Amino acid sequence: MPEAAGAAGRVGIVVVSHSTQIAAGTIALPRQMAPDVSLEAAGGTDDDAIGTSFDRVDSAVRRLIAGGGAVLLCDLGSAVMTAETVLELLEPDARARVRIADAPIVEGSVAAAVAAQTGGSLSDVVGAAEAAAEAQRSSASHGGSPVDAASGRYARTATLINDDGLHARPAAEFVRLAATFPTKITVDGKDAKSLLGIMSLGLMKGATVRIEAEPEGAAAVDALVALIESGFTTRGNG
Amino acid sequence: MSLGTEWVVDWARRSAASLSEHRAELADLDRAIGDGDHGENMDRGFSAVLTKLDGMPSEATPSEALRLIATTLISSVGGAAGPLYGTAFLRASEVVADRSSLDAHAIAELLAAARDGIVQRGKAQPGDKTMIDAWTLAVEASTRAASEGADAVRLLSAVAAAAAAAAAATEPLVARKGRASYLGERAIGHRDPGAQSTALILRAAADAAADSTANGA
Repeated sequence: MPEAAGAAGRVGIVVVSHSTQIAAGTIALPRQMAPDVSLEAAGGTDDDAIGTSFDRVDSAVRRLIAGGGAVLLCDLGSAVMTAETVLELLEPDARARVRIADAPIVEGSVAAAVAAQTGGSLSDVVGAAEAAAEAQRSSASHGGSPVDAASGRYARTATLINDDGLHARPAAEFVRLAATFPTKITVDGKDAKSLLGIMSLGLMKGATVRIEAEPEGAAAVDALVALIESGFTTRGNG
Repeated sequence: MSLGTEWVVDWARRSAASLSEHRAELADLDRAIGDGDHGENMDRGFSAVLTKLDGMPSEATPSEALRLIATTLISSVGGAAGPLYGTAFLRASEVVADRSSLDAHAIAELLAAARDGIVQRGKAQPGDKTMIDAWTLAVEASTRAASEGADAVRLLSAVAAAAAAAAAATEPLVARKGRASYLGERAIGHRDPGAQSTALILRAAADAAADSTANGA
């Protein structure tokens, strides 16, 4: 069997929360844009009270280790402690296939899932989640809401950090992700679902693009921004 | 004189009894500056420990008993206290792994390893108004007692007194870690519930040691 082929080879994601509902609700977002990634909700205590359960986190992690490894995203402090304790008690070879990302669970799990969907390694997925945290901080500090006051559309900008820009394989990945959303999305005015349209923009490394949609397409815009900001961290299929 | 597995088991039993007795008090402390579940969580965790200890093989070493306490607390406490106390008992278990009995120096090492585990897991500093305040003074007292040649019973008695004083000394502090850190100056005047449960657990350790020698062990 070829390595890293199919869902079994993809990195999976565990959302560790104090609340059963928060964890379940959080993984619903990335599931929409990363259908082939295993997403595990490990929220609440064993009896669904507020708190974190060692056993829930431990069994979620063990299910994902059987595939391509696990990246954990945690909410408040003691969720991190529970996750760290789970890692400490894993066998060393299993522990090498698990990482905790220092990222907010919503933005982080979306970015991580997109990176995992496109075949990213454990480090790629952690990097994407942590870069999403940075992006979130900088967009918050600029004070702007992504909803354009004049047009009412949801718009965000992102800078291409990968060497190829929005060409070739990255462009194809971008279009493939855009196509998973029902809403119309534009990139500098071009249809985000059109490979030729995207490539005609000639966007090189360092270029800044504006991605927008109607407000109900906000998740699609966020996912595409996350993909760009992840640097298309893909290891290919070889 | 030194302490063995019976002391570890009695320490856990006395901790369970004390945490059950002080459950409402810990809940009140935690309700004032946290999320209110510390009393219930600790009571539930140590009740689970008692059940597990009943099924432990009689030839278990002190290290094995400490590890059983650790893994049970980790999986049954729920709040932050689970990984914190769980890591403490886990590190304590590791540092006495090759010993069948524990003298004063071994107890001092065990307590220092437990404190180090909590510091690593919780990432707090002394003075942050957390259980680390109690562990820090407790370990200082234990190191001092060990260097003065105290036996395990006297050492643990000094440890318990230091932890109790440290718990009381958290009252005027502003919290810099945990849920209470969101309260800022409103945390002033309230004792930290984690420091208080640490004081209760270390008092249980001292009482178990005193009782084991009183019975001629």
